[in-house]
Amino acid sequence: MIEQALRAEPARRSEATDERPVVRGALIVVALLFVAVFLVLPLLVVFGQAFAKGVVFYARAIEEPDSLAAIRLTLVTAFAAVSLNLVFGVLAAWTIAKFRFFGRSVLVTVIDLPFAISPVVSGLVFVLLFGAQGWLGGWLSAHDIRIVFAPPGIVLATVFVTFPFVARELIPVMQALGNEEEEAAIVLGASGLQTFFRVTLPNVKWGLMYGIVICNARAMGEFGAVSVVSGHVRGLTDTIPLQVEILYNGYSFTAAFAMASLLAFLAIATLVVKSLVEWRLSRESKDGN
Amino acid sequence: MAAQRNIRSLASIVALLATFVLAGVPAYASGNSETQASAAGSTGTVKLLNVSYDPTRELYEDINAAFEKYWKDKTGQTVEIEQSHGGSGAQARAVIDGLEADVVTLALAYDIDAIAAHGLISPDWQSRLPDNSTPYTSTIVFLVRAGNPKGIKDWDDLAKPGVSVITPNPKTSGGARWNYLAAWGYALKHDGGDQAQAEAFVRAVYKNVPVLDSGARGSTTTFVQRGIGDVLVAWENEAFLALKEQGAGSFQIVVPSVSILAEPPVAVVDKNVDKHGTRAVAEAYLRFLYTPEAQTIEARNFYRPRLQSVASAFSSQFPKVELLTIDQFGGWAAAQKTHFADGGIFDQIYQVQ
Amino acid sequence: MLLKERSILPGFVPAWSYTVLYVSLVLLIPIAALVLKAATLSWPHFWAVVGSPRVVASYRLSLLASLAGAGANAVFGLLIAWVLTRYRFPGRRIVDALIDLPFAMPTAVAGIALTTMFSPVGLLGRALIPLGVKVDFTPLGVGVALTFIGLPFVVRTVQPVLLDLDAEVEEAAASLGASRAQTVLRVILPSILPSWLTGFALAFARALGEYGSVVFISGNLPGKTEISPLIIITKLEQFDYAGAAAVATVMLVFSFLLLLLINLLQWWSARRFEPGARRQPA
Repeated sequence: MIEQALRAEPARRSEATDERPVVRGALIVVALLFVAVFLVLPLLVVFGQAFAKGVVFYARAIEEPDSLAAIRLTLVTAFAAVSLNLVFGVLAAWTIAKFRFFGRSVLVTVIDLPFAISPVVSGLVFVLLFGAQGWLGGWLSAHDIRIVFAPPGIVLATVFVTFPFVARELIPVMQALGNEEEEAAIVLGASGLQTFFRVTLPNVKWGLMYGIVICNARAMGEFGAVSVVSGHVRGLTDTIPLQVEILYNGYSFTAAFAMASLLAFLAIATLVVKSLVEWRLSRESKDGN
Repeated sequence: MAAQRNIRSLASIVALLATFVLAGVPAYASGNSETQASAAGSTGTVKLLNVSYDPTRELYEDINAAFEKYWKDKTGQTVEIEQSHGGSGAQARAVIDGLEADVVTLALAYDIDAIAAHGLISPDWQSRLPDNSTPYTSTIVFLVRAGNPKGIKDWDDLAKPGVSVITPNPKTSGGARWNYLAAWGYALKHDGGDQAQAEAFVRAVYKNVPVLDSGARGSTTTFVQRGIGDVLVAWENEAFLALKEQGAGSFQIVVPSVSILAEPPVAVVDKNVDKHGTRAVAEAYLRFLYTPEAQTIEARNFYRPRLQSVASAFSSQFPKVELLTIDQFGGWAAAQKTHFADGGIFDQIYQVQ
Repeated sequence: MLLKERSILPGFVPAWSYTVLYVSLVLLIPIAALVLKAATLSWPHFWAVVGSPRVVASYRLSLLASLAGAGANAVFGLLIAWVLTRYRFPGRRIVDALIDLPFAMPTAVAGIALTTMFSPVGLLGRALIPLGVKVDFTPLGVGVALTFIGLPFVVRTVQPVLLDLDAEVEEAAASLGASRAQTVLRVILPSILPSWLTGFALAFARALGEYGSVVFISGNLPGKTEISPLIIITKLEQFDYAGAAAVATVMLVFSFLLLLLINLLQWWSARRFEPGARRQPA
């Protein structure tokens, strides 16, 4: 059964569990139209503008030292944010999906909060905490520790914004699966960690994978929150999205879209990695049978 | 079977994480070496952070290169100037909140006053350098489409029905406040100082505004790139830059009969230069802005120079226009309170019914 | 102490502790800083700030546009997830990969791209404006931007559940004489309902706070196309931290209540439908 879910291609279905071809075709067309207007067109605009002056110009725009620094900072930030939120997400999902306890609904809701908080506010809260006028500002300044307007602040703001992604992907999947398999494992004498790694993890790996991918993509693309805590010092505290804004405002439209297209490429690259892993897994599982 | 599955799923996650690590770790390592280099700066390199507003990017790129050379020749010391640009108010806020700027070069004295109010800059900052601490000035002009199809010549044409005016939001943009005050000043002058008429006039102008961008550059983009509006009210330097970047053929500048003397001031952030030990170089940097060399760079970037010799060399570039000053509005603090603060006249113009 | 139902599964105490600690450090303390800042205002002043007509108009726009965006995503997101998991067609993988794009694209870039598309000289603007549909600088434009940024939420929450759904259950329903429509409505829909609601809630919540993409396409006219996050920025530009924090707090309370409501709804539906949809051990 798990192998079935693993199959990357949708299985051919018997007639009884499939729609009539007309319905199927119509659904596909509507879905594709929606995707075309809302996703493909904006993407075409970005790539069209990015390559408007040719590949050489594109490469030169990205080789700019400030742009390279922005790429580096974005990668480091995304890595830190994904790692932290991955550990949290798994533990939070285990707590929430596997147990019933007082305050559970509130906890779920609190985890969702960063989605609903304006990115601007997500940055602002850290300025209120760690800024020179903030609650901890005096102490930090006395010890010469810089958090806001430096990379730590950018990481914090990104962690805050991407906080729910892993947990939020895992919770529904774990809930849908129920507890029986884990309970069986425990009854049969497995330890807690064994149960988690051998029973739970294989079952939820797709949710986990999506969570990581989305968390990473969002971490790289975050603009509003990072903008508030960055300080915009060229080459030091600018991430890719901020660099896009700087270039766009500096009349370098083509270079701005080149940087923006880079984020689209990074997202696509992450998705290719994901697809490769999926494909490997589905092959291995077939061999295993 | 179960064990195999577990290994595979672990492997997939490890693989995914590994791609991040591989991408991230070398980046982090090189990022570290850079910070160390900056820490070692005391041996002969000094760093300055200039926190500025949006339209000055091009200007300070040129100025910084010139100053780095000037300082090297004069003292033998290498100076590296880091730049930060953003909305003037947002930048002032960042400095107040701990962005350790050595110098600030902002759009309005009001924003530097706000930093001074938090004790980072001495309250007498504006008298420490010549000309109200403003090495270059600008004014507010109109940018219209080629051939001026709507025949826009002066401020009263902006209030006519059917004219679409592009200007940023004065609540979020320093430049937009100069725009607003210039229109107000024009109305006052024409209606013999009647405040109620001035308000009615400005209200009529804003009735013609279809979009309030949050910053000056945003408005320029709306007008130039997206083809919205008949006239853009802009900094003179922004209008010239738009002509230069977007091709002179499709737009032209119209200078109104009356405008306002826009003074974007500069100041050393005392608390930060004393902490960094950069006071000497920071003060020299700001004084450099008044030298003939820098004044020429400023004029070439479409800012009106203060130095008479440079100004006369560029006199054909900057048409003469009657200029009001902020003092005629009682200074920034008063203007801010009357017009732009919450509940001020601008808010009344946009009163929700 | 922790008031939980008995369970033989281990790890509750450490997992719960870590979760609560992390939530407190990363989330609650910063939010407390925000609320404390808002609390520096006196009550009458607070109400004057958050109840002024312009601010109230911005809440209304933010709410309605977010609802419209999330609604569009609920319908089309479910459809896309279904099509992606159930049908084979050329380009399926590419479409699948594209879904996450709104996350990766900086919101400002999305705003610029959308405004370019819908401007009078843009690809879609040229077709729509003669029909009398004006998107840029109208509330409709706000809705479009919010649809874009919320799209992945519904697709990505529903997709894994659809993927894991057991074909045997559907086959059983069919062999017991259920029509396809009945199977979809009575068997499939209940099992995906919790994740569908989650996706809707997340898209809605995300739309409420969105700033970067909206300011480009909305026109920012006070009282007409001005969203609440822009009000916060406006207050910050005037160094009015307390006022900004006050509006932010109101939005926060509002989102929290909404999310809580939807989570309760989801919890209820999960309890109601879960036993039926629960898979048996293989």
